Amino acid sequence: MEEIIRMEGITKVYPNGVVANNQVDFSITEGEIHALVGENGAGKSTLMKVLFGQEQSEEGKIFIRGREVKLTSSQNAIEHGIGMVHQHFMLVPSLTVAENLVLGKEPTKGGFLDFDKAVEITKELSEQYNLIVEPEAKVEDIPVGKKQKVEILKALCRGAKILILDEPTAVLTPQETSELFRELIELKNKGHTIIFISHKLNEVKEICDRVTIMRRGKNVGVFHIDEISTEEISNLMMGKEMSLDIQKKKAEPKEPVLSVDGLSYFNVVGRQVLKDVSFCVRAGEILGVAGVEGNGQKELVEIITGLQVDYRGTINILDRNIDKLSIKGIRGLGVGHIPEDRMTYGVAELASVEENLISNRYDDSNFQNKLLMDTDTIDSWTAKTIDEYIIKTDSSKRLVKMLSGGNIQKVVVARELSTDPKLLIAHQPTRGIDVGAANFIHRKLVDMRDTGAAILLVSADLNEIMDLSDSLIVMYEGEIVAYFEDMSKVTEEELGLYMLGLKRQSEDEIGRCFHA
Amino acid sequence: MHSESKFEVIRTLVAILIALLLAFIIILFVSQEPITAFLKLITGPFSSLRHFGNIIETAIPLIFTGLSISVMFQANQFNLAAEGAFFIGGVVATIAAIHFNLPPVIHPLVAIVLGAVAGGIVCLISALLKVKWNASELVSSLMLNYIFFLLGIYIINYFLRDPNAGAMVSYQFKDNAMLSRLIPRTRIHTGLFIAALCIVLMYLFLYRTKWGYALRMTGLNQSFAEYSGINTVKVIIYSQLLGGITAGIGGATEILGMYNRFQWQALPQYGFDGVIVAIIARNNPVFIPIAAFFLAYLRIGADIMSRYTDVQNEMVAVIQAVMIMLIAAQGFLAKYRHKMIVKGAKQHGKLS
Amino acid sequence: MGNLASIIFTAEFGYAILRVTTPILFAAMAALISDRAGVINIGLEGIMLMGALTGVIGSAFSGSLWIGLISAILGGVLMAMLLAYFSLYLKTDIILGGVALNLMSSGGTIFILYLVAHDKGISSSLKSGVFPQVDIPLIKDIPVVGEIFSGHNILTYIAFLSVLVIYIFLYKTPLGLRIRAVGENKDAAASVGINVRRIQFLALVLSGVLAGFGGAYMSMGYVSWFSRNMTAGRGFIALAAEAMGRGTPLGTMLTSLLFGFADALSNSLQSLRVPAEFVQMIPYIATILGLVVYSNQQKPKKVKGEMEESV
Repeated sequence: MEEIIRMEGITKVYPNGVVANNQVDFSITEGEIHALVGENGAGKSTLMKVLFGQEQSEEGKIFIRGREVKLTSSQNAIEHGIGMVHQHFMLVPSLTVAENLVLGKEPTKGGFLDFDKAVEITKELSEQYNLIVEPEAKVEDIPVGKKQKVEILKALCRGAKILILDEPTAVLTPQETSELFRELIELKNKGHTIIFISHKLNEVKEICDRVTIMRRGKNVGVFHIDEISTEEISNLMMGKEMSLDIQKKKAEPKEPVLSVDGLSYFNVVGRQVLKDVSFCVRAGEILGVAGVEGNGQKELVEIITGLQVDYRGTINILDRNIDKLSIKGIRGLGVGHIPEDRMTYGVAELASVEENLISNRYDDSNFQNKLLMDTDTIDSWTAKTIDEYIIKTDSSKRLVKMLSGGNIQKVVVARELSTDPKLLIAHQPTRGIDVGAANFIHRKLVDMRDTGAAILLVSADLNEIMDLSDSLIVMYEGEIVAYFEDMSKVTEEELGLYMLGLKRQSEDEIGRCFHA
Repeated sequence: MHSESKFEVIRTLVAILIALLLAFIIILFVSQEPITAFLKLITGPFSSLRHFGNIIETAIPLIFTGLSISVMFQANQFNLAAEGAFFIGGVVATIAAIHFNLPPVIHPLVAIVLGAVAGGIVCLISALLKVKWNASELVSSLMLNYIFFLLGIYIINYFLRDPNAGAMVSYQFKDNAMLSRLIPRTRIHTGLFIAALCIVLMYLFLYRTKWGYALRMTGLNQSFAEYSGINTVKVIIYSQLLGGITAGIGGATEILGMYNRFQWQALPQYGFDGVIVAIIARNNPVFIPIAAFFLAYLRIGADIMSRYTDVQNEMVAVIQAVMIMLIAAQGFLAKYRHKMIVKGAKQHGKLS
Repeated sequence: MGNLASIIFTAEFGYAILRVTTPILFAAMAALISDRAGVINIGLEGIMLMGALTGVIGSAFSGSLWIGLISAILGGVLMAMLLAYFSLYLKTDIILGGVALNLMSSGGTIFILYLVAHDKGISSSLKSGVFPQVDIPLIKDIPVVGEIFSGHNILTYIAFLSVLVIYIFLYKTPLGLRIRAVGENKDAAASVGINVRRIQFLALVLSGVLAGFGGAYMSMGYVSWFSRNMTAGRGFIALAAEAMGRGTPLGTMLTSLLFGFADALSNSLQSLRVPAEFVQMIPYIATILGLVVYSNQQKPKKVKGEMEESV
């Protein structure tokens, strides 16, 4: 079989300075199902967006059947026979399946939409590829699995020969998944080429021919699927490139500061995101929460910090039930929170560095001088904090949006740590920032632990989790599936198996993380 | 000054220039004497003390409504009931000016405080409707303008109307109630001091108090404010209350400073003018007097132009609208902005 | 109370509802088209007002009613295009742009009125046409029903017909499909090669056409002249009607009728011994009440930050 796509030396830098792809080579053979695996943030989606014309790379070339092409828009990629099924479906919910399918190239009769024709087109295509959908049903009324079929049909309808599927099984039930696999194999037999983005390795093993593994923006290996085991893939995905080399003493945990007991949570669409989660974080320890993103960590953090209500279960911070407390009330107990989404929650980018630094203590009495705020005190406190946290800015009055990503994160960290919290919730504290800033933040977290704070560290970055945590829980599909009290006994290979749902500890083992 | 704010100043000036150019073109089309008309528009306001006085007189109410809209916009609340609040502030001040018997200074102050309370209530309604029932403050405030206009007219017609006066006007105000004039041969009144005081207070409130801080952070990023523990519900309420109070003070001051009877037959439009002032001033109280003065200058220039030539003063409405649209246009001069930012980044050594 | 009933339960009142609903309905349909494409048109009030004026002028100068209608539509379209250009191409916040448009219109119409009629209040010196009233055969002879539904201004029928036309346009034509797709999921529309900005521009222009009709009805149907700020908030009421009608043509027609009812009630009660000002408030109060009822249903779940200290 001949090579249908070759990407050479792709480098993509986002405006905020994150290097998503670093000199990536990638090649696909016609008629194969090719897996593209890697952790979150490894650069898989970016690489595919470049291939689908949604992002333009700074460097690199793309060849289709040996001819170099410039893909400047999705339309462009579609014309070259590339179709993409996004993780978030590009469908219009209130329209019917047939309408979604023909949108942009609608059949008409006498100037009016020809519904019958649209339905006919849908039926034909649906039968041809054996992707069964109801053409006249509204997209909002059909299950996720069907929506995905509509997306695939949409691409096929526009002549796609190469299909990119971005984590297609993430939203599917096991039954839907096996159905999808049957369909993909049928597509392959009809001569289509499929790129399958995933981090579920058993699935990759099941249907793919070859696998490309990415880590930290680089291609770290291409293998025929029968040449490599899931464990080996997992090792390459998580691979410990460089140790963060953090010097820290052994933790001396004391009494529990945070205790979460029987926490369950259903999201707006009624899916259970957290299932009976119980654990404690003790003073003087860093409890890591490992897991592939989207396994309930986000909701867990939002509930503990008060951003999300309507949960079941009991959460106590320093023996105080937080159920009735506002965000301010929870912060008042001595809680700091480094949020995952720093541009939405962490900062107001159009406010100054100083204004961002004081947002959790602006009403402190020592910042007030009768009715007015005491600008002298605030200025000198800000100057001191900027110094202490080495925030690079030419003035404390500069707008935060003018800072680099690492410095913006330092603003957040400085604000949350300088209150000397008794409990710190750190969610992806170093994502997407430079190594220097990341090391600095790691150091600060360890220092805080040493002074007796309890830290809950939630991160999808395995290096970070492994090096910083004193003990660790692993979350998978809204549940705690493993608890490691002593990090020295954990290998990343083993951790990977838990994170990917391939292994699970006994209830007794897991229960040990509830120290109360 | 950072390149960003430098750019904002340049963009504002360019927008004003384009608007004036447009004014000139319109005049060219409609006038028999375009040069005279344009000159009257531009130089007329400075041609005599009286005209200059007119600018100040006109600027006073614009300062109040500009401040009012600014404080609400800074909190990201699109409440346009400053118009109704201004009007009702004038009506309530009228009641006090006619029915109370108080010594000088005290009398207008009491009338203005009552006007402030009334204005505050108007804008507060929108805030409460939003907090309680999630109703858009934009639509509710527009409706409130009509409702309070009608209520105000009702109060004037049924309780305060002077049957002996020819027109639909109220009884005369008590002498003690009126704000005194400051400069002979002009109508500049002590309301100017009240306006200055309001500017200072509003600046201190927004930039030097914890409540102002909470308000601005809520306006810049409500998620961030909530995450930080700021009570954004409270901010939504007090920002609009304060906007209403400021507009109410403005209405009361205007009535007591410029008239001796209540004589508005329609909404005076100062509330909507406040939007223009606020946008030119970028919602910053410090720039409000400059913006108000500029707008007043345009208005007076247009009045003079319409008095001496064949061009009508309503032309200003077109110019103002174009100014708002251009100043608020993110895409206007965006390429130039990008260049400036890149240049700034180079100077700071971020790019090599 | 009996007094009130004797006003409401009459054929004249039914007739009046349709009559006063007409401009609200046009504007609400204008709001509908732009909203379905994902752009909020706050400038409807000003667009309609401009249409009312240009219609009178066009009709008076040409002596033709239909040229008057075309002028009204052109006036509306030009204003809408101005808003579309600024908001879609120069990225002016569309709400601020709409507010600016309204300000421009309320002063600009007076400016133009003075240029052509040398009056700043009313266009009575311009001899413009008035759209004819039409009797509907058969229906006009049915008692009560005929009195309510027959003999209306032709634009009233066009307004109600426009509901059907817009329904067909939105749901049965390729362009309508694209408008709905753009309004509901811009990214999805763009991903299949639809030019989102062009669709939104078009929707605003169509919105201008409908508001132009509304303006024409105000000055050449409802009354036979233009007077300053004669739209009196109908553009804003229409926005509320469209939102409450949940963006469907039929629903929006029903809510427009509801506001028309309030308006008609306000007109009819003028004869009662209630102060006129209070009666005139009815449509505006009705709009706020409608808004509250509608928004309360749409209310998102409470966030913790919003509950604190209110206890």
